[in-house]
Amino acid sequence: MEKRYTTEISAKMILIVSVVLMCTLINVAYSKVEIVQFENADQQTLYKRLINELRCLVCQNQNLADSNADLAIDLRKKVRVLINDGKTYDDVVEFMVSRYGEFVMYRPPFNRSTIFLWLSPAVLLISVFSIVVWRKRSSSRTSTSNSAEFDRERHEKVRALLQAHDD
Amino acid sequence: MNRFIWPLVIFVAVSVLLWKGLALNPREIPSALIDKPAPKFSLATLHQPDIEVTRDSLSGRVWVLNVWASWCVACLHEHPIISQLAGEVYLVGLNYKDGREDALNWLGRNGNPYDTSGFDQLGDVGIDYGVYGVPETFVIDQNGNIRYKHIGPVTQSDLDEKLKPIIAALQATAKTG
Repeated sequence: MEKRYTTEISAKMILIVSVVLMCTLINVAYSKVEIVQFENADQQTLYKRLINELRCLVCQNQNLADSNADLAIDLRKKVRVLINDGKTYDDVVEFMVSRYGEFVMYRPPFNRSTIFLWLSPAVLLISVFSIVVWRKRSSSRTSTSNSAEFDRERHEKVRALLQAHDD
Repeated sequence: MNRFIWPLVIFVAVSVLLWKGLALNPREIPSALIDKPAPKFSLATLHQPDIEVTRDSLSGRVWVLNVWASWCVACLHEHPIISQLAGEVYLVGLNYKDGREDALNWLGRNGNPYDTSGFDQLGDVGIDYGVYGVPETFVIDQNGNIRYKHIGPVTQSDLDEKLKPIIAALQATAKTG
């Protein structure tokens, strides 16, 4: 009994120790990102929004905020400088798009080349929905008409049988 | 029969789309700068820090900008191929985020094909040119417009089939125009 108690304790201890270790790991990961200070809170929010929405071109599936690639660090610095120069969200996006193309935006704009991307989910959903509805309706219509036909046939048959019996 | 036709059609359509998707290269981002004026720059040259190379000093001729660094392994692979352009076209090196001494040693070891080299230590000119994967190579016409951009190392077939014909065509129009 006592032995069981101690094993329980040690399992708990391991859990606690590993949680503590995980926390230290998280701290290490965070300490890599440079600390950025702005004069006001609006600029801070703008900076956060921009580095979350702009793509790191080297590691294409990460945004600037997540990436530690050299280019991402340089581009974060550039974003910071532009914001400190009083540039707006649109200015910074325009700066990046004019150099790296629309691919730099994680949220693609709505234009001629992206119209398929934006509209295809809705088109697909509507078409599948209408096919399902249409098929359901036509099948129920045929089945009801079939059963009516069947009923009439049976009715005729029964009547014929009864008549034959009567005779 | 009819109930099998539609799933088959959808299957074939999806297969064709996915097959085409396999052939695309996600690394190749269409440049926003094609047919646009080459961004302005003025940089100290790699060899003489007190002498500048500027975009405007290069205009009036067809020139090639090759972005490289001594830390870039693919640049070393590309080097003998890019060197074939020496003498054929005005070749400008952009030494990107490098140390001056490292870069000069690298050129000393591997040969210097560049007519002039800009020293872009902070990578600011690189950002203006939309550089994201060194090496990159730009072809700029006599009016200062970027006409072609190659991302990654130039292979022999890239040089023979793309870069050289484009350069030759631009030089021909530059002469007649």
